[in-house]
Amino acid sequence: MEPVNNNIQNEQIKKLSTIIGIAAAIVIVVGLLAALGIAMKRSANKSLVVGQDIKDFTVTSFEGETFQKSSLAGKVILVNFWSSWCASCDEEGDALELVWQEVKDSGEVLFLGVNYVDTEKDSMAFLERYGISYPNGPDMGSRISTLFKVTGVPETYIIGRDGRLAAMNIGPLTTAAEVHALLDPVLAGQ
Amino acid sequence: MNKHSKLIGILFGLVLIACLPSVVLAQDATPISPVTDDLVNAVAHDLYCPVCENIPLDVCPTQACAQWRALIREKLELGWSTSQINDFFAEQYGEKVLSVPSARGFNWALYILPPVIIISLISIGVLVAYLLVRRFKQKPGSIPQAPTSVTTEVLDEIEQDLQKER
Amino acid sequence: MISIIALGLLVIALVITVNAIVTGVFAARNGSALTLESSRRAALAVFPLLTGVLVCLLILLFTGRFEYAYVYQTTEVDMPFYLKVAALWGGQEGSLLFWCWLLSGFSFIALVRQWKRDRDLMPWVIVVTMFTLLFFLVLVLFFENPFNRYYITMDGQVMSALFSTGFTLLADPSNGMGLNPLLRHFGMVIHPPTLYLGFTGFVIPFAYAIASLIKGRTDDHWIRATRKWSLAAWLFLSAGLVLGSRWAYDVLGWGGYWGWDAVEISALMPWLTGTAYLHSMMMQEKRGLFKHWNIALIILTFCLVILGTFLTRSGLLSSVHAFSESAIGPAFFVFITIVFIASLVLLIWRWSSLGSAYPVKSFFSREGLFLFNNLLFVAIFLICLTGVLFPIFSELFTGQQVTVGPPFYRRSTGPLFGLLFLLMGIVPLSAWGTSTAKRLNSEIWKPAVVSLTFPLAAILLGVRQWGGALGIWLVGLVICVTLFDYARSVGVSARNNHEPWWKAFNRLTSRNRRRYGGYIIHLGIVLMGLGIIGIEFFQSETQATLAPEQSIDFAGYNLTYKGLSVQDNVEGREAARAYIDVSKGSRNLGTITPRHDFYYTAEQTVTLPGLRSTLKDDLYIILVDWMPISSDGATFKIFHNPLIKWLWIGSIVLMLGTLVAMWPDPERKTAALEVKAGV
Repeated sequence: MEPVNNNIQNEQIKKLSTIIGIAAAIVIVVGLLAALGIAMKRSANKSLVVGQDIKDFTVTSFEGETFQKSSLAGKVILVNFWSSWCASCDEEGDALELVWQEVKDSGEVLFLGVNYVDTEKDSMAFLERYGISYPNGPDMGSRISTLFKVTGVPETYIIGRDGRLAAMNIGPLTTAAEVHALLDPVLAGQ
Repeated sequence: MNKHSKLIGILFGLVLIACLPSVVLAQDATPISPVTDDLVNAVAHDLYCPVCENIPLDVCPTQACAQWRALIREKLELGWSTSQINDFFAEQYGEKVLSVPSARGFNWALYILPPVIIISLISIGVLVAYLLVRRFKQKPGSIPQAPTSVTTEVLDEIEQDLQKER
Repeated sequence: MISIIALGLLVIALVITVNAIVTGVFAARNGSALTLESSRRAALAVFPLLTGVLVCLLILLFTGRFEYAYVYQTTEVDMPFYLKVAALWGGQEGSLLFWCWLLSGFSFIALVRQWKRDRDLMPWVIVVTMFTLLFFLVLVLFFENPFNRYYITMDGQVMSALFSTGFTLLADPSNGMGLNPLLRHFGMVIHPPTLYLGFTGFVIPFAYAIASLIKGRTDDHWIRATRKWSLAAWLFLSAGLVLGSRWAYDVLGWGGYWGWDAVEISALMPWLTGTAYLHSMMMQEKRGLFKHWNIALIILTFCLVILGTFLTRSGLLSSVHAFSESAIGPAFFVFITIVFIASLVLLIWRWSSLGSAYPVKSFFSREGLFLFNNLLFVAIFLICLTGVLFPIFSELFTGQQVTVGPPFYRRSTGPLFGLLFLLMGIVPLSAWGTSTAKRLNSEIWKPAVVSLTFPLAAILLGVRQWGGALGIWLVGLVICVTLFDYARSVGVSARNNHEPWWKAFNRLTSRNRRRYGGYIIHLGIVLMGLGIIGIEFFQSETQATLAPEQSIDFAGYNLTYKGLSVQDNVEGREAARAYIDVSKGSRNLGTITPRHDFYYTAEQTVTLPGLRSTLKDDLYIILVDWMPISSDGATFKIFHNPLIKWLWIGSIVLMLGTLVAMWPDPERKTAALEVKAGV
């Protein structure tokens, strides 16, 4: 009888769609919870930890030179994040340049300034004002600051000779002494 | 489909198309001088401040944002188009400064999902409609007739229900 | 000491809540009336206890006890009284305590009033509400306690703790930081509590739904019992959203009312599913349809409330509104996992027993159109969810941060809202049961033709954007159809009963408050839609630097900068006020005064726009504070927002309509007597 067959077909379609619907609901809910859980875990570590391995990155300076972390292995790299519009960055401009003059000839250290979310004109003006001579480059696409989990400026990170994070400082390093306090243990350590 | 259903279908389509973006900025502009504040604001409106949380660039009061608006002005004076300026900002500061992520890589998911959602929900509706019409057409005599006489059982049931509602 | 009392009350409340849950579960299992009564009493007792805790916190806020961290962070000596009350929800700890208080208060009302009718559901209602309350109490007691005090340790560090741990001195600040200046607006005083009332109000229908599922009930008793709760919660949620928009419009100064910010959308999503639920539940009450939809929608609504609260306070969202990140994120995540998984399991378990799906006979019948309505709301909700979660997913899978901004939401939800308006215009004239498009068309063509006058008028007035014209037509359609149906029913009723139309109108409305309340709500919605169409499609803005007496022509108005006045030390701020004269042609239309306030303690500036608001349009002027402001010249941003006032008017109509819909229908008892006599 036709109506019965069609009824059975209707029932089958309904059953199938119920199963699909339930499966979809489970996938969506569990997937959502899993994603949120992982995101929560990741956001829990808001900043880098000393001893952590740093992924490879490249800084292209305003003069056009490229500095790639992996090719600098064996050297100590001081990475300083700064911006021309940040008031406290003014405080550390002198100190860093001073210490750079002291250590640059040793060939063991490289100071890299990473310009955080800034405009080229204003950052060049900043560099000129403090007579900064160590290489500085813009953070294209904010990729490097994302790598270092930078949340504000200024922040300074020192990568040891083994390529891992050896020291970090959130906030300005206002005197040469502070810079040395951060840098010297790393130089001496290995 | 009769013409009345077609009418509703046309309305449906009209409304769907209607909300396409109605403000279209010139995509390939020649140098405009002078570059007014309004033009800068219009471009800044669709960009977000790279440092503040979710604030559009034309509203942000910080010094940094003032620098970026000056940058926009500079680029406009050079004759850059809106899309060129947007691409420049995305390249310099990352995707998050754009008000909608550019359509590449993983971001395709964002562009695909709304049509997928709409189409799948409409399909559900259409499927249900199809099943009903099919089922209804198979049982021609199955329209439930209203009871012609009110029996005492029915009245008792109604009484009980009403008592429950008190 | 006050904090000892408050903490004591909190601990007792926590213990009693656990007791209510445990005895509730036992009562559900063994059916003992005594255990059930004990559980109920425990649940009732929590409310007065938490009221006591709240009073303690209020006392601390009013008496300026700045050694308490929360008082220090949210008040200062010079703050006006009403803002000190608002400080209760001005910070994370206080707002969580407020949530607890509301949850316990609603449970109190539910358990006190509806006791006689729903005995078998009651134990599980208690368990669900108390479990939710337990979670928030745990958050308040152990994670974000408003009664922490500042202590100074031996080496001069300041720490915040509940009790002193030896060798520390109680700090004694003489003044607090005060509320964030952006929040010192009247709208901010009522916007959070209204929103919270809406959010927490949904816990009662949710509890009933879960209880129904657990008990395997397939009737709609839970819907009838919680109908007023759902309406009230929806009313507060709508009001909360509108108040937030009004605050954004009045204070934030970007010339708009809704920024599609992630936190705003988190509050919008439960509203969307809640509205779908309100419509869909009518179907179940009238025709026993959509049982699956209803139970799924109310559970989804409450889950979205919790999800939204979690996202706002977890630090996962990038938003201007988000609370600063805190330790409650992980705890919240555990809670939402439990709620989501439990709800899902219950739904799947009982799905098939909820009766056959959709004996809908035609797609153009009222039932069919309501199905379409549900689908539209769910589609808009899913799109909003996608937009809110996408940045999180993007960062998870690609490490790249993205922003999903207004263009995405406008383009994808705009047409869907338009379709919803179309439905609002069609459904009142649709019929139950079998219906065809032809029949629908024959009902609708008269008001539809009349409604064409709306876009025609708009085009004559200079509207050239056809999207805007289409929107205006839809608004007109709903108004014409609603009034047509109303007028027709009133006409019929007046003729049949030989009475004047206004008497028929009264009688009709009071007999069928839900239907006509609903119509009024729809009218409110389209008026709001009119305001939204005005500002979304036809807004124009300009920026101008003006010297004194210099004027600018904009949007048909002539605006002249008259000068600046500066006042020191008004309620803890320096208030500067600019005066701009508005005229049209030769007519002087008044003065607009945008403000620029500098708050001394917070060291923050707030620029408040000056507003001239008429039914036709708003002139909205704000000082641009990154340019110099002085009596020698100032820079202004000027917005012309057509029709925006209808957004606020419409929201008031909406609230009135909801009150009408909520009012109990009289004369139900007479119906019962009539049946009896007729046998």
